[in-house]
Amino acid sequence: MTHATTNAKSPSIWGGGQSPFKLSYGKVMMWFFLLSDALTFSGLLASMGSNRFMHKVWPDPNHVFHSVPFFEGWNAPLVFVSFMTFVLIVSSVTMVLAVHAGHCNDKAGVIKWMLWTIIGGVIFLSCQAWEWTHLYHSGAWWDSYNDLSKTPVSSFEHLFNTHKPYVTDVLQKTPEVALSATHEFYNYFFTITGFHGMHVTSGVIINIIILLNVVNNTYELRGHYEMVEKVGLYWHFVDLVWVFVFTFFYLL
Amino acid sequence: MGNDATLAHAHGAHEHHEGHHDHPKQHFLTKYIFSQDHKMIGKQYLVTGIIWAVIGALFSVFFRLQLGFPESSFPIMEQFLGHWAKGGKLTPEFYYALVTMHGTILVFFVLTAGLSGTFSNFLIPLQIGARDMASPFMNMLSYWFFFVSSVIMFVSLFVQTGPAAGGWTTYPPLSALKEASLGSGLGMDLWLISMVLFVVSQLLGGLNYITTILNMRTNGMKMTRMPLTIWSFFFTAILGVLSFPVLVSGVVLLIFDRHMGTSFYLSEIFIGGKALSHIGGSAILYQHLFWFLGHPEVYIVMLPGMGMASEILSTHSRKPIFGYLAMIISLIGITSLALVVWAHHMFVSGMSPFLGSVFVLLTLLIAIPSAIKVFNWLTTIWRGSIRFTVPMMFAIGFVSIFISGGLTGIWLGNSALDIHLHDTYFVIAHFHLVMGVSAFFGMFAGVYHWFPKMFGRFMNNTLGYIHFFITFIGAYLIFWPMHYAGLAGMPRRYYDYSAWVSYKDYQPMNAFITVVVVITFFAQLLFVFNFFVSMFRGRKVTSQNPWKATTLEWTTPVHPEHGNWEGPIPEVHRWPYDYKDDGHGNDFIPQNVPLRPGEEEH
Repeated sequence: MTHATTNAKSPSIWGGGQSPFKLSYGKVMMWFFLLSDALTFSGLLASMGSNRFMHKVWPDPNHVFHSVPFFEGWNAPLVFVSFMTFVLIVSSVTMVLAVHAGHCNDKAGVIKWMLWTIIGGVIFLSCQAWEWTHLYHSGAWWDSYNDLSKTPVSSFEHLFNTHKPYVTDVLQKTPEVALSATHEFYNYFFTITGFHGMHVTSGVIINIIILLNVVNNTYELRGHYEMVEKVGLYWHFVDLVWVFVFTFFYLL
Repeated sequence: MGNDATLAHAHGAHEHHEGHHDHPKQHFLTKYIFSQDHKMIGKQYLVTGIIWAVIGALFSVFFRLQLGFPESSFPIMEQFLGHWAKGGKLTPEFYYALVTMHGTILVFFVLTAGLSGTFSNFLIPLQIGARDMASPFMNMLSYWFFFVSSVIMFVSLFVQTGPAAGGWTTYPPLSALKEASLGSGLGMDLWLISMVLFVVSQLLGGLNYITTILNMRTNGMKMTRMPLTIWSFFFTAILGVLSFPVLVSGVVLLIFDRHMGTSFYLSEIFIGGKALSHIGGSAILYQHLFWFLGHPEVYIVMLPGMGMASEILSTHSRKPIFGYLAMIISLIGITSLALVVWAHHMFVSGMSPFLGSVFVLLTLLIAIPSAIKVFNWLTTIWRGSIRFTVPMMFAIGFVSIFISGGLTGIWLGNSALDIHLHDTYFVIAHFHLVMGVSAFFGMFAGVYHWFPKMFGRFMNNTLGYIHFFITFIGAYLIFWPMHYAGLAGMPRRYYDYSAWVSYKDYQPMNAFITVVVVITFFAQLLFVFNFFVSMFRGRKVTSQNPWKATTLEWTTPVHPEHGNWEGPIPEVHRWPYDYKDDGHGNDFIPQNVPLRPGEEEH
């Protein structure tokens, strides 16, 4: 900053008159929005973590999530959720392909891949709906498992990994601890997967709107498919969040 | 890029009518109500903020009357509050409601929306050389979300069971259980809904501010040539975008606890002798989530004032700001530290003393950037040719009160001292001075300074000086004595201190404070009067640059249309504080003036 500059056009990308990241304002906004939304999810997941650490025992996902539609008698731990997760990740791949087709101004390609992305999202949501319904019928809900006289140990001990001696110990001696763990597990499960599901739903709706715009030549006339990129960013974010939700509820 | 296209319409109009400066009439609705012009949106925020400030301040007058004169009755309160003040005496339930709404309104609606909402909107495009925000439409939505949020909060004042009454922090279990108090019913629900909408509004606004500052600076407006106002709005917006979403997480969980039978914040609890069905949660979790927003929030309130004071102190003392880069670096320091000190509000919540010591250390570190800023302000006006204009008075007042309120932060930041001082009047005195009055002084300074740009007229000086002196002296008289009461252990949130032998002695002091509050309140009404009358009757601004300032907003016409500049956007060639001889007898050189041959940039 010491020597004189003429700066008719500043040479530095930070010198004004242009985007320092070579990004349109819409994309910069989307990135900051995602940063913000990431903190919402962090708040929720950190809350769940803190609650889990308050409990000596915690339901074992292998015992909670072991059902598959149409084969409900089978014991297939995490098979169904793995399928859901796979579908959602594949929908991210098809979104990448849609964005790529947009870069090539290939309208038909954008339509095809957007459509697959939407289908992937809808499959994921349907799976989630089935899983929620299934859990609901098994007795789980937001206000479930909060009273030993209504839900005795026998109604929830199968959710725990009883191969571990200390877990059995807790179930026998202090069942109220296991009860409250079950209660909180489902509280957080329905709240956080619900919150994520709302994001997926809004993503699907936005994808549909953008798809309609593509079909109506809006972006063809505009000369670029940047909107597809922007909703793509949102969609990838929603997928990434699911990876964390999946890890926290189903793997850990 | 971006908004040039958006404004092609507005701008095309200029070329069309070139020569006689006449503009096609915009419809009243699009010009004043659903405006997408950042200047109009800024004014909308300001007027809404002023209305809220009057309501919030009036509430404090009401509960101060109760605190100062617990034995007396004030029929005027019954006029305003109806059955909440039957016979002119405040009911205990509504005392809490008033305190809660006073905090909520002033922290969020006035000092967040009314302050950064007003000035970020108004100044960012004008000072960085842009025709409008990145997304004028989202900007308009931001205001209207705030408006709806305001309406809901306002409606909550009129529900049968009263508005939220659990303090502006709305800690559970009080806020989570409908049975816990009158204000925990419908009023609490409306509070929560209103706050979520408020966060949406802040997010829409914040994304716009950040993106506009990053992407839409005019040619030559390097980041290090931006006025400090813009830097402060930038970090204010970043803090908002990072911390408000965590409040949403907290609020979502609270809503579930209230309505879905969950136990995020509730463990085994009895109410009215009856066991509730909640098990296994933790009320402390809410405090963490709340203060993760709540602490950055006090910097969201403070930073705009800091930026505007820097600008105003420099302009009105005709001297370059001292330590421009140090100012930016300390803003960065304050912003980063703001996000990692939240638990110093929770030293007495039973947290581990070891964890507490980490938060003590981080909290005390904030003293460093704050002190750097204070010394820079003082050295900026040192030996300047100070013009004691009204905005300058308020900017100096800002620094004074920021020091007085900030120093007690060092006391409270120590967990050992905080055990004694927590929830006493010492805390009240501290935060009202540092983030209440001081932020207000920053805001007043900003309003008096940029009023000519907003409305093409000046505010009345005499009224301005009266406003300043009453407010300045009043603020110290109100809050200074509270330090002593707090040190002696007088707790906050009590309805009537005369019932306690230990605090009876403070009754005359309480009465004194109340009298000063009433006087200071009327001084604020004087400001409101001055503001609205000057809008139509004030002395007209005759030159583009009445304060002889260097920044770009003063290169626009006296009444800038949507699009701000009639011709092309000016380019920037120098830093924003070139207060020096320009060779033609002026003591300032605007940013858009090219460097003279051989002249070195700052």
